[in-house]
Amino acid sequence: MRWVSVLKASVVAGVVAAAVTIASNPSVTGQSRTPGLPRVNGKPDLNGLWQTINAANWDIQAHTAKAALAMRPGPVVPVPAKEVLAFGAVGAVPGGLGVVDGNDLPYLPEALKKKEENQANWLTRDPEIKCYLPGVPRATYMPFPFQIFQGDGTFFISYEYAGAVRNVYLKDPGPAAIDSWMGQSVGRWEGDTFVVEVTGFNDQSWFDRAGNHHTEQLKVTERYTMTDADHIRYEATITDPGTFSKPWTMSMPLYRRVERGARLGQFKCVEFVTELMYGHLRKEPIK
Amino acid sequence: MRIVGLTFTAALLGLVATGAQAPASPPAAGQKPAAQKPAAPRAAAIPRTSDGRPSLQGNWTNATITPLERMGADLPLVLSEAAAKDEETKTQNAIDARETASDPNRSAPPVGGEARKSPNAEPTYLERVWQAGAGVVGGYNSFWVDPGDRVLRVDGQPRSSILIDPPNGRVPALTPEGRARLAAAAAARKTAGGEFDHPELRPLAERCITSFGNNLGPPMLPNYFYNNSYTIVQTKDNAMILTEMVHDARVVRMGGTRPPPNFRQWFGDSIGRWEGDTLVIETTNFHRNHGFRGSWENLKVTERLTRRDANTLKYRFTVEDPTTFTAPFTGELEFRAMAPDEQVYEYACHEANYGLEGVMSGARAQEREAAKKKSQQ
Repeated sequence: MRWVSVLKASVVAGVVAAAVTIASNPSVTGQSRTPGLPRVNGKPDLNGLWQTINAANWDIQAHTAKAALAMRPGPVVPVPAKEVLAFGAVGAVPGGLGVVDGNDLPYLPEALKKKEENQANWLTRDPEIKCYLPGVPRATYMPFPFQIFQGDGTFFISYEYAGAVRNVYLKDPGPAAIDSWMGQSVGRWEGDTFVVEVTGFNDQSWFDRAGNHHTEQLKVTERYTMTDADHIRYEATITDPGTFSKPWTMSMPLYRRVERGARLGQFKCVEFVTELMYGHLRKEPIK
Repeated sequence: MRIVGLTFTAALLGLVATGAQAPASPPAAGQKPAAQKPAAPRAAAIPRTSDGRPSLQGNWTNATITPLERMGADLPLVLSEAAAKDEETKTQNAIDARETASDPNRSAPPVGGEARKSPNAEPTYLERVWQAGAGVVGGYNSFWVDPGDRVLRVDGQPRSSILIDPPNGRVPALTPEGRARLAAAAAARKTAGGEFDHPELRPLAERCITSFGNNLGPPMLPNYFYNNSYTIVQTKDNAMILTEMVHDARVVRMGGTRPPPNFRQWFGDSIGRWEGDTLVIETTNFHRNHGFRGSWENLKVTERLTRRDANTLKYRFTVEDPTTFTAPFTGELEFRAMAPDEQVYEYACHEANYGLEGVMSGARAQEREAAKKKSQQ
């Protein structure tokens, strides 16, 4: 069926020609090719070690610095809770302008109540205290670096905190087989922006130490846009009809760790919470 | 691979760590292993990355029923295909016996558990691992285990052990210093208490800190239980090797300098280089809690990964530590590509570690019962 092959070839050639025309015309795609970026296989080269510099892990919303996350009533003003008192200034919360676009979170009434309960019971509820996996997008703005591995047909993110990892599929494997802490990530390029849709979450991770939470209906759309060789604009749109009345977005820059010998370390904190989580089960608990 | 989050006992780690000392049924006459050749000429058939390097990327498994150390002094390294098939049949028989449904009308099992009769006259290696791991009752039923069912084949040769050198396929004897170090560690544990007295005395895998045995290593060894799965992602500057178990990622830098000796990482500091089509990785700076049989401070592991074809990655490793082992030793494995529809899943072990809590709580309950009995006497 030779004519079919010829037909196929000409169709393919036509499509390729059209694709080339579209790709080379920013006004058609709405995407411009940012000049001056390091590139790999024609796409911005996101390989490397990245980290945020902000107070989002304390609270993604704007907040004033305060003495501690866990407080109790005092004779004049609230004072740090007994459990964290010994930390002094080390346990104090740095203020931040917040990373949420417009600052407000569109909580459903019940979900807002839960957030407030979470905040009041931070010490026993925050999954970070137990060294649980951070979820997405919290993994991004934990105060630890993470490394992007962008290979041929592969995209993988390894986080220093808790050894969390994400294999970002470039071919959609279909709905996630199971719920997980870090979700299932599927990525694609939109021009020079790498867009990752993350689904298949459980409802266990938080957005920050302020008790902001979600259900297993969470869907996160991340956009990684390199603005120059050492900066990425990171945006994450949160959709969760179980928690929020409408989607909302957070955004922040990612900074390349440029110091000599910069490398991903290991913060395998499971070992560090042994006494906290299992100390009471010792033959003779430490007094 | 399968999704599990249970626990297993120190006894198994002991067995995997020391190798089962037991005779195995004699195989048919063996052959000599193929002579080690220098880097093979560039083969066109293997997948390559855009920079022309062999692609090691993908999901891989190193599951096998072949032990690290050869069992039986009279076994040759290379088994006949008939002997390998025989071992695989016996292993399958043992797996089938384990998976046979229980009689719902049976009476209560005897104290200590109900032995599942394997048709094998001599237990296979896997049966020994199961027995050492959890005795008759077992820490797992068969549904959860996925140890592999194949004898290791390297370049088509069935093997009786992963180790190829020394020629007896055994880890060389420890140096006096190595023996003294292990003895001191054992004594320190004993001083600290009984094996269930403190969470720190439980095995690392049970604590969800690392995988069983030496899964991520290096050397990367099968664990004979489940989830012997790896993902490799390769870039110009790095190779990233993920082990499914406990989502541990090892970053291999291509080139670069060593950190100071007091900077330690769980799976060491890995520096890679290409020798022809082989990725050579040298690893030092191991964490004191994760070396190999008491070796960590001066441990050096050299790994050689070579893509053989679409489905095969040859893996060769050499372990050196003159302060612990009387000689270096070398092993070979093949990593096989996982099926395209098989994924590597999130092994969130710590987040639901009911196993460790159960082990510790159980020990406390037994102590309370013993105390109660004593007070009633």
